[in-house]
Amino acid sequence: MTDQVLPEKVETTDVDSAIAYLKDKFPSAVSDDTRDGYSGVIVDKNKLVDVARAIRDELGYNYLSSATAVDYHTLGEPDSDMEMVYHAYPITGGGALVFKAQTPRDNPEIPSLVNVWPGADFQEREAYDLMGIRFPGHPNLKRILMWEGFLGHPLRKDWKEAYYEEDHKPFSSRWPSGNVWRAEEKNAYGKNVRYPDDFDLSRLNDVSEESLYEGLGLGVDVQAIEGTMHTDRLVVNMGPHHPSTHGVFRMVITLDGETIDTLEPVMGYLHRNHEKIGERNTYLHNMPFTDRLDYLSSMGNNLGYALAVEQLMALGPRWNPPSYRAEVIRVLMAELTRIVNHLWSIGFLLNDLGAFFTPMLYANNEREKILDFFEGVAGSRLMCNYVRFGGVFQDIPERIHSVQNMVNDRVRDFDSMKFLTELVSERLPRFLDEYEYYLSENEIIKARCINVGVLPPDEAVGYSAAGPLLRGSGIPYDVRRADPYSIYPELDFDIPVGERGDIYDRYTVRIREMRESLRILRQLLPRLEATKGESVAGTNAHTPRVPVGESYGRVENPKGELGFYVVSAGDAKGTQNPWRYHVRAPSFINLTPLGRMSHKQKVADVVTVLGSIDIVLGETDR
Amino acid sequence: MADLNLNELHDTEFPLPEQMHGNVAITSLSKLYNWSRRSSMWPLLFGLACCAIEMIGTAASRFDFSRFGMEVMRATPRQSDLMIVSGTVTKKMVVPIVRLYNQMPEPKYVMAMGACASGGGPFKEGYNVVSGIDKYLPVDVYVPGCPPTPQALLHGLITLQKKIDGQSLANLDDVPWYGVGPSEPTPIPILGPDIIDPRQMDTIRRQAELAALGQPIGLRALPDVPVYKPKPKKAVAAAAVVEEVVVDEEDAARVMELRQAALARKRAYDASKS
Ligand code: SF4
Repeated sequence: MTDQVLPEKVETTDVDSAIAYLKDKFPSAVSDDTRDGYSGVIVDKNKLVDVARAIRDELGYNYLSSATAVDYHTLGEPDSDMEMVYHAYPITGGGALVFKAQTPRDNPEIPSLVNVWPGADFQEREAYDLMGIRFPGHPNLKRILMWEGFLGHPLRKDWKEAYYEEDHKPFSSRWPSGNVWRAEEKNAYGKNVRYPDDFDLSRLNDVSEESLYEGLGLGVDVQAIEGTMHTDRLVVNMGPHHPSTHGVFRMVITLDGETIDTLEPVMGYLHRNHEKIGERNTYLHNMPFTDRLDYLSSMGNNLGYALAVEQLMALGPRWNPPSYRAEVIRVLMAELTRIVNHLWSIGFLLNDLGAFFTPMLYANNEREKILDFFEGVAGSRLMCNYVRFGGVFQDIPERIHSVQNMVNDRVRDFDSMKFLTELVSERLPRFLDEYEYYLSENEIIKARCINVGVLPPDEAVGYSAAGPLLRGSGIPYDVRRADPYSIYPELDFDIPVGERGDIYDRYTVRIREMRESLRILRQLLPRLEATKGESVAGTNAHTPRVPVGESYGRVENPKGELGFYVVSAGDAKGTQNPWRYHVRAPSFINLTPLGRMSHKQKVADVVTVLGSIDIVLGETDR
Repeated sequence: MADLNLNELHDTEFPLPEQMHGNVAITSLSKLYNWSRRSSMWPLLFGLACCAIEMIGTAASRFDFSRFGMEVMRATPRQSDLMIVSGTVTKKMVVPIVRLYNQMPEPKYVMAMGACASGGGPFKEGYNVVSGIDKYLPVDVYVPGCPPTPQALLHGLITLQKKIDGQSLANLDDVPWYGVGPSEPTPIPILGPDIIDPRQMDTIRRQAELAALGQPIGLRALPDVPVYKPKPKKAVAAAAVVEEVVVDEEDAARVMELRQAALARKRAYDASKS
């Protein structure tokens, strides 16, 4: 499918000399991005594939972290007002080489990079779906989040949804003097729908079996397979309602006997238009929305988004970086989140393996303890909405008071430091030991996991896999080390990696990561004690001044690298709304190799392979 | 199964010797039937979004909704009584949801869990979001929250049990599934250029005609907002009174007429009843 991704020897160059090298090699095709607040280079789209190959092979920026489109409608020049932004990193660690390709928005076309980085596959399909950019050379260019036949490309700036009110919040209808109508009332159908003027109702009643698979490009004739008894090939539809797909995810599998031939992931069943809504929202509005991306690790999402916006805010006036205590608390929460998430995902992996709910219930018990802490600190168990620009929402209170902790109508509360200390130095390590004792050497688990769903390291990099999926394949890439943020540089922890790149490795990587998180947490406790009383609120957390520019903030979330690409465009004071707001979702991109990993596996293994990737649909579909 | 508490079932004025209360219960069929139904509500194992995490949390050992009879979650709609719509309903997903609902056997109940399922929630304005599952399916209980805490979900489930307790076998409105013939399936929405509710075909056609005439499609003109303005009380009104009386006379006559008519109607109605 792709040529060799990891060439023999590459000298990793720093970003500046890499850019100089590119300009030297492609003098006519590469130029600096000179816009205010922007970085990287602009590449002539006709040369894009060559330049990308050079970036990957000659410069060693072989990990394509993110590829996304921006619509500069009314802002840019008419012949180049849509662009693709690529962030490439060296897999050995270091900063990003940002390169962009521009195209006119009335006929947007940019060559596909799938042959250079197969990880661009889904991201280009997303850009096609939501922005309408076509990618010549893409093997399978079709909509990914919306359905085939949907009207228009919703992330374009001039595309308006049925409940459209204004471009930016706060809507004037909501101000004190405004008259608020429910959005339904303004719509003729009383619903969130809008149809084109020349709408042909006559060809809508297709409820046949084939229509279910129409537009998937399976390359199989469903009718033929169903109509004949002579072949063993079979199309199996799993999901979107299926207990093992971890949400509303759908896979259409072609089977040869019991062996998987092709697997076509179908997503978008939870596409909640996070990015469109995010571009209408103010910067602050978006914080609680990020909770709902990966709803198991809301604190981590908050942090990633805050980092992206803070990068921009730091360029403007009146910016104070977060206090040391705020950083400690952020890391504390991020690591607790990692444990929460891994407990859940391992529990569900075992569920998929057939250990129906027993390990899950034990893991969940421990998770609930941490949620109690979250509730005491942030006020909510799941959707914490805790991090603010330049700090956090509030300090850890003296006593943890969790309403969920009700015993005989009495809410118990705990001394927060004592609670935390006991949790990280006794309760959780003990639990992990016990858990591992029962599970890690279990014969069934080993038989079903070892050498199943293997992803070799070079392919893992090429597919832009992230998190335990990447590390399970033996690549020690962790944003906390490779491109450190917050106070991670001063903390002492290891990065667990696997050897074979199979399901079992991903399982052990998660277990060991939890142990590493506990190690980090134990280092944080004395820092918490030492910084008692320091202020944790950001200086202008609620009225962020965000100057013009772009930024890409990324964190190592439990599921992998979570990135936020934010473009701010506005007057000198800085606007309250991002122009472009894109989420590089690890759950989404990690699904790219799913078909590859399931190929020639047994059908029963596909749920375990999926479980070992650990997706959450809120983030996959956004 | 919840413990059989005979005292709970015992409901009639029929005299029963005190010492037999623990052994014999005399009850109505409705009550026995509702009691057994509501004590074994099997939810559909079906999670949509973030709220599903709290639903699983509620099912897990700490909150444990099997205490209330939601013993098993079934992955197939054919064995479940209750659909907990736990999360954001997108246009793409509402098609399978309606399908699943149609596949559930009667009696079936729907619970909208969380802000999203109840009315669109934080994502309401999104182009792929349905503003509440009640646009497509009849909802029995709404549980507010984003996400609702396990307690809130438990409260919703208990509320549903109360609702079931109130249903009477004697009233076909309460238990329509005992009526004649199979119940009508909910029409399955179609994914066109936007989601299409087959029940709205006529409206869509009408709107298409309007569009052909060059009138804006989709938007409906809103009536002017009635703005409350308190009437200024003025002392000078005394002068105006003279004029107003003239107008009032006509008005009063009209009002009187209306009243008479209404009275006549009421009398006729009463007469027909007795
Ligand atoms: S109500 Fe809130 S928690 Fe529930 S699905 Fe909607 S956004 Fe998620």
